[in-house]
Amino acid sequence: MRRLLAFQEVFLVLERPMDRLSDDDLALLLLIRCFERKLLALFEQGELNGTTHTCLGQEYIPVALRTLLREDDWVFSNHRGHGHYLARFEDPEGLLAEIMGRKGAVCEGVGGSQHLKRDRYLSTGVQGQSLPVAAGVALRLKRHEPGALACAYVGDGTWGEGAVYEALNLAALWRLPLLVVVEHNGIAQSTPTALQLAGTIEGRARAFGVEHHRIGVPDIPVIRAGLAPLVERVRTDPGPLVVEFATHRLGPHSKGDDTRPPDFPRTDWYAAYRAAHPVQSATIEEAARTRIDRIAAEVAARPPAVWTAA
Amino acid sequence: MRVGENLNRALHGLLADDPSVYVLGEDLLDPYGGAFKITKGLSTRFPDRVLTTPLSEGAVVGAASGLALAGGKAVVEIMFADFVALAFDQILNFAAKSVTMYGTRVPLPLVIRCPSGGHRGYGPTHSQSPQKHFIGIPGLSLFEMSPFHDNRAVLDRMLALGEPCLLFEDKVLYTRRMYEVDELFRWDLVDDVAVVRLDPGGPGGSGMSRGDAGPGGLEIPDGDLDYVLIVPGGLAHRALAAMRALLLGHDLAGVLLVPSRLYPFDPSPLLPILGRAPLVCVAEDGSAGGTWGGHVAADLHTRLWGRLRRPVKLVHSADSVIPTAAHLEREVLVQESTIRRAVLEGLGDSSAP
Repeated sequence: MRRLLAFQEVFLVLERPMDRLSDDDLALLLLIRCFERKLLALFEQGELNGTTHTCLGQEYIPVALRTLLREDDWVFSNHRGHGHYLARFEDPEGLLAEIMGRKGAVCEGVGGSQHLKRDRYLSTGVQGQSLPVAAGVALRLKRHEPGALACAYVGDGTWGEGAVYEALNLAALWRLPLLVVVEHNGIAQSTPTALQLAGTIEGRARAFGVEHHRIGVPDIPVIRAGLAPLVERVRTDPGPLVVEFATHRLGPHSKGDDTRPPDFPRTDWYAAYRAAHPVQSATIEEAARTRIDRIAAEVAARPPAVWTAA
Repeated sequence: MRVGENLNRALHGLLADDPSVYVLGEDLLDPYGGAFKITKGLSTRFPDRVLTTPLSEGAVVGAASGLALAGGKAVVEIMFADFVALAFDQILNFAAKSVTMYGTRVPLPLVIRCPSGGHRGYGPTHSQSPQKHFIGIPGLSLFEMSPFHDNRAVLDRMLALGEPCLLFEDKVLYTRRMYEVDELFRWDLVDDVAVVRLDPGGPGGSGMSRGDAGPGGLEIPDGDLDYVLIVPGGLAHRALAAMRALLLGHDLAGVLLVPSRLYPFDPSPLLPILGRAPLVCVAEDGSAGGTWGGHVAADLHTRLWGRLRRPVKLVHSADSVIPTAAHLEREVLVQESTIRRAVLEGLGDSSAP
């Protein structure tokens, strides 16, 4: 199979059958996928309040990074952060309770889908805002816990915000252990890259003397092998690194708001993986779906979250 | 000691006593030591924790928040308070919200110092008093420097709150003396409010007399209570000049209240005296509309409904940008005469000049 789907100059390439993944990695990938599908279903049923942003299609990015990040690293996530959270904590109960405002919620139902904090994991809902904060955390880590880093997930749309450049400048000047992970899915809410990004993310990073690395495949072992020495260098010889993933958002921006034409590129790593490894996929997907169904029923039956620490 | 020196010593002491404290800002390295020299000497003594930054107020406040989140404490110097607008998202949507929006309280010890105010001819974008834009933000406290409040104590208090605080510093205070009032007055601290009133010893008593007033601190005879002024620290000297003129020219005796914390502002300990005063007047340097004084007045009207003898009188700068030329700037900003006139008008003196 060879498919090459392009937008702007960023490509997600599926040029050969995907290598078999460990059961653990695949289980986590499919846990995230089933979680996000369940959220969209719950919305349709009117069970969820507010809004949410699913990471369908992008699940492999935080799962690939999982083994490259350490417990003492800080992770800054954004509005599309369920996969980031689940890859770090594998806690679908706490996350769903947070989104549904039920007992056991990670942040007592106050933060909801896009404002989570647990230990050294934190997400915020304003684009670009987390990068300066991550730079400050990275400064503190560099001084007090050398070897640990701050990792911040951003999207392609985020690069419209001035905070990104102020933070890159600081991180480069102060040689901070800051890993910026760009999930470039070619669409900023409803606006395609071509209408919102002049030049390239690589060019912008390099303008600050910041190293940039592009990843255009969804194969987790390949991604890890390529990134491991780069991430290690961020730890041992601190300085910022921008890793840009070409990826595809399969679903809507939030829910029911996908205005992209049918031919807009949407490569699904999972369709390719299932074709290559049908038996493993079917077994693990069934387990993930069953688990998420059970959790959803259990969480929905819980009493409302109580906010005690206003 | 000058107020600016008191603040500089406070920062030296803070950095010396607490190794988790960082100071960040533009142009604060020696020999320059900051646009107003408040950070003088800090970078020489604490080179690792005093960081000069690019012109990036948003990122600097964000990075300071990051330091605070990760176990440090941070003091940011904004060169001119006007520029704190560039950090508004980080303050409103990150630092202040992070204290509570994650369900449990997240400590974020962060102080953002903002040299504010006019009377220096710096013009429309270097002279503002933007306090009012930060009122009513959950998780954010506003303080103002004053000649009566030791800056080290104020810094310690702000950092101990574990939430972001803005410290407004009227630039004209930097060169004024700490703790001094003229010979007609004496002052005491009641909680965090400096209370300045007629010296019962009269002229010739010590103008520097002070002490912690204790529960009796607000026992002021009716004859010495024609009006009460409430002002942030930056207006203290103009208010004192107005009080002197009102006493000597109109035989009106007033009490001046200068709180350290502007928001949240709890007037509870002051209610007995405010309820007795023939007039309460709140003065500030911000421009008209959505003012701090309006907020204080609404609170006092509610708490003292039926006791206040008149509506709270408000004094603020004009509904205008702040011009550069001295004669034009004077017309827009609050002067001693503005406060004096407001008190006379408030008391119904139709001969108010």
